[in-house]
Amino acid sequence: MSQAVLDRPTETKSHAAKPKRRIGGKSLLFIYTWLVIIWLVVPIFVMIAFSFNDTKGRYNQEWQGFTFKWYGKVFEIEDLTKALWTSLAIAVISSIISGALGTGIGYALGRYRFRGSGTLNIIMFATISSPELIMGASLLSLFVSLALGLGAVTITIAHVMFSISFVATIVRARVVTLDRSIEEAAADLGATGWTTFWKVTFPIILPAVFSGVLLAFALSIDDFVVTNFTAGSTTTFPLWIWGSTRVGLPPQVNVMGTLIFAAGVLIAVVTNIRSRQGKRD
Amino acid sequence: MDRVKRRLAPYLLILPGGLWLLLFFAVPMIAMLSLSLQQGDVVNGYRFTFHWQNYTEAIEAYNSQLIRSLIYGAIATVILIVLAFPVAYYIAFYGGKRKPTYLFLLLLPFFVSFVLRTISWRQILTDEGPVLGPLKDLGLLSDSYHILGTAPAVIGGLVYNFLPFMVLPIYVALERIDPRVVEAARDLYANPATSFRKVIFPLALPGVFAGVLMSFVPVSADYVNSEVLGSSSTTMIGQVIQAQYLVNSDYPTASALSFILMAVLLIGIFAYARALGTEDVMKVAAR
Repeated sequence: MSQAVLDRPTETKSHAAKPKRRIGGKSLLFIYTWLVIIWLVVPIFVMIAFSFNDTKGRYNQEWQGFTFKWYGKVFEIEDLTKALWTSLAIAVISSIISGALGTGIGYALGRYRFRGSGTLNIIMFATISSPELIMGASLLSLFVSLALGLGAVTITIAHVMFSISFVATIVRARVVTLDRSIEEAAADLGATGWTTFWKVTFPIILPAVFSGVLLAFALSIDDFVVTNFTAGSTTTFPLWIWGSTRVGLPPQVNVMGTLIFAAGVLIAVVTNIRSRQGKRD
Repeated sequence: MDRVKRRLAPYLLILPGGLWLLLFFAVPMIAMLSLSLQQGDVVNGYRFTFHWQNYTEAIEAYNSQLIRSLIYGAIATVILIVLAFPVAYYIAFYGGKRKPTYLFLLLLPFFVSFVLRTISWRQILTDEGPVLGPLKDLGLLSDSYHILGTAPAVIGGLVYNFLPFMVLPIYVALERIDPRVVEAARDLYANPATSFRKVIFPLALPGVFAGVLMSFVPVSADYVNSEVLGSSSTTMIGQVIQAQYLVNSDYPTASALSFILMAVLLIGIFAYARALGTEDVMKVAAR
């Protein structure tokens, strides 16, 4: 013990010398990391840039000057607009359903020890790590076997299925860190279990539920593969894009993509700042 | 009465969600297995006849696409590890207060639809596009040179789309490393290379394994990248499955192929875990 205390000063000295020796490696890594980030962002930049492209023909491939006009004409392609609304509606409904069901699972797993929780964990792991292709293919197999008509309902069923586990994982992480003494205090003050849950527990886990619902929304509005298998003749935003890849994408797609990107980043930044403020309070 | 209620509570809570997962995740797998053993066609319907030939015929017809998918998946995964590790290392050890910002930047692509991102790459890499155009004008590349339609284009797209899935788990593993452990290695006269090889990398391995699982599986089953960036010489198994299901409505073949793909991926994961596991065990035994 005393040996360790005696060793301290030399250790700090070697610490101070370290950065000087390794500054080359560190700045190389810094440059490398930023190059990778730039590489990740390039296609987004291209998408945003071409939403301002003054393209003359149907194709939006070559840069022909700057314009805002596509933002005014964003809803001019009827099918595309309809597809976007379909996507939004499915995302809202499926994120609410998976939010409710996932919260139930997450709360149970975080709060109780019960038989079957291991199996549930494995199923959740499987839904998170299974390739979308297999989930889509198997759902289509089921719907075909049942002779069920494909459409918005089957898409929603599928989206809820792959979102539940994500919501449950997020909620469980919050429930595990919950301070039980607060609930006990509520009980001591005469609150029933039901009241305690809604007045004490739920407000505490609400931010986790909220981020789970947001993630489910993002997963749903973005999803292509599973949707492709469960859509039938219904068209969502990603499916419309896929369908017109061969003929070339109109600038309206870039405008919508840019708006969705901006909204997503804004929501993420705002919730991040708010949660940081919450931690500080 | 209260005790019964408490014991029932978790089951009531998981009932709706669990039922949903059972009905729309587990049952469909069984439906797919059943469909893969049926005979018939769309018009006359299908009958369950234990038709194992669906499997042998599917393998015979599409083994090259299946093998190509696994090779692309393996190449992409190796590139991903090499590309992602330094990024994760920098953020974990030098990110400091900016860690959340870096992670946010890495996740930016997820705010744009997967299909749209991939199409964006096609726009960038097209024959007379912003990259190849100037290089051809300068005479650095021959006019007939192209990237789209080749295996590197498809693998490049796969690497691009799944990079965050490799960076994040490695980052999480590196983040957990106690800096004092690395200092201890230094104090015991390990040079930076040795302490990386003997201390940091082994501790990061669980993260690498998780990253491999999270990228190799979806990469091998992907069909968007090969469809958008590839050509008929880069067809992956996902494209075949997609076409058999959605274009040809040949459900038995399609579901047999899906099952084969799922089985191969599971075996791959299992084999890798075992390979990694035995190595660890041997290291421990050597001590």
